[in-house]
Amino acid sequence: MNLLDTLLRCVAILVVFLVLPLVIGQTEHKVMAHMQGRLGPMYAGGFHGWAQLVADGVKFAQKEDVVPVGADRRVFQLAPAVALLPYLVVLLAIPVGPNGFVGQAVDAGIFFVLAVMGIGVLGSLMAGWASANKFSLLGGLRTAAQLMSYELPMLLAAASVAMAAGTVSLPGIVDAFHWWWIPWQAIGAFVFFTAGLAELQRPPFDMPVADSEIIFGAYTEYTGLRFALFLLSEYAGIVVVSGLTTVLFLGGWHGPFSDSLGWLWTLLKTFALAFVVIWLRVTYPRLREDQLMRFAWTVLIPLALAQLALTGIIKVAIS
Amino acid sequence: MSALLAAAGSLEPAARSFLSPTGQEIVFLLVGIAVLGAAVVTVTTRQLVHAALWLVVALGGLAVEFLLLTAEFIAWVQVLIYLGSVVVLVLFGLMLTRAPIGRSPDADSGNRWVALAVAVASAGTLVTLVVDAFRSTWIDLGAGAGSTRVTGEYLFRYWVLPFEALSVLLLAALVGAIVLSRTGKGGRGPRLRPGRTTTVRPARPASSARPAAGAGTSASAGAADATKER
Repeated sequence: MNLLDTLLRCVAILVVFLVLPLVIGQTEHKVMAHMQGRLGPMYAGGFHGWAQLVADGVKFAQKEDVVPVGADRRVFQLAPAVALLPYLVVLLAIPVGPNGFVGQAVDAGIFFVLAVMGIGVLGSLMAGWASANKFSLLGGLRTAAQLMSYELPMLLAAASVAMAAGTVSLPGIVDAFHWWWIPWQAIGAFVFFTAGLAELQRPPFDMPVADSEIIFGAYTEYTGLRFALFLLSEYAGIVVVSGLTTVLFLGGWHGPFSDSLGWLWTLLKTFALAFVVIWLRVTYPRLREDQLMRFAWTVLIPLALAQLALTGIIKVAIS
Repeated sequence: MSALLAAAGSLEPAARSFLSPTGQEIVFLLVGIAVLGAAVVTVTTRQLVHAALWLVVALGGLAVEFLLLTAEFIAWVQVLIYLGSVVVLVLFGLMLTRAPIGRSPDADSGNRWVALAVAVASAGTLVTLVVDAFRSTWIDLGAGAGSTRVTGEYLFRYWVLPFEALSVLLLAALVGAIVLSRTGKGGRGPRLRPGRTTTVRPARPASSARPAAGAGTSASAGAADATKER
């Protein structure tokens, strides 16, 4: 582990960060087009509209970058970066394969990941406040309330896995994985994945950006590339949440055969989960604001606590 | 993170003197100056939300300091609790009550010279005390000295009692918050049931309201409604 090694790993993570969210975005276009019979994204470029994402990029890049007159200029311009950067940092700590195939092995991996992901909410709050627009402010506050509520079940579910593995290091958890963990931790996996979905503000949990009532929430005033950065942070978030669920609950690089191809298993599971995320967006209606909060506090948290108790009992029974 | 630490400088202080600092100590000092600057801006800026955002910088810098002292776990807890929750709650409160864009003239306090004097006095006392207490004490910051395992072992072996006492304190605070938020013992008009939307409903069901309001056709309509209900 010298400086050059560290640098190489950081560059590799940056490349992953720039590629995977775009792949997810393209997949979302195609999946939505097929599931909902949308013809729009199927034209650009010929075969299955492969160039749709490029066209989107060009469109975002050539739009004028507008900052409202009444806005707090610097905070307004800083907000997309604050929303996006945590996901880049989190990617550093997610192990892809065995034998140190990870950006940077962090000792307290789970803690690191959840702590850094929690900073993303500052970006939405800053965006909502600095836009000088009451709908944006409301959207930002809704985002903050939702993210604070769903962080708790997420943490509890992750704590259950850490308890089962006896470590908080992410590679350590994957190393300790056995196939029977999947039924054992199934409730925790459900809670974690659902809460992660809510952290991303994806449908059916996209109340803060509800386009029918508060018109894209905190991001109303954003145009062009800055808006694209917020979208990118959403897709990077899909990668991160799917990857984390894979690592914590689905055994990461363990597959039915050949652990030497471990990174392939991790990627496959991550993409399968990302597909589920897109699938849910296409098929589920949006929750109402109060339903959203009630779901977090009366369904997810008790479930997570039950999982924690179950993990503890079985852990004591085994040892 | 260990690679970052290694890049910052050797962990064993080679020469134990203030005059030949290691790379790690220099980085520590620089980050410390940045934290101090952010803290000063936090209390001097005239824009409330900016103050809260500078607080983020100051607390994040503190997390970096913990990291440089090899206390990884504490650093992440700092990020999780202070940056992810406390500052967000502060911002939440500010934005819900009063946070105009631009300066808030009433954010200035007439007591600021007294406050400055108190701050300088307490800082002076603390710095003198700490420097005097630890003048010739050196701690070897070997890698992993503040890792999760070590922290956990210390916490649950030597400090279990304070830990549990703190838990009880927090539980009491939580219960107190719930009690405070459930004010009014009935009697103050209809209470909203938590978790339900407050959709406005007509005072009476429509079938019983219509015959009372109508004149000519009310009887037949009421009869129709009544038969429908049966």
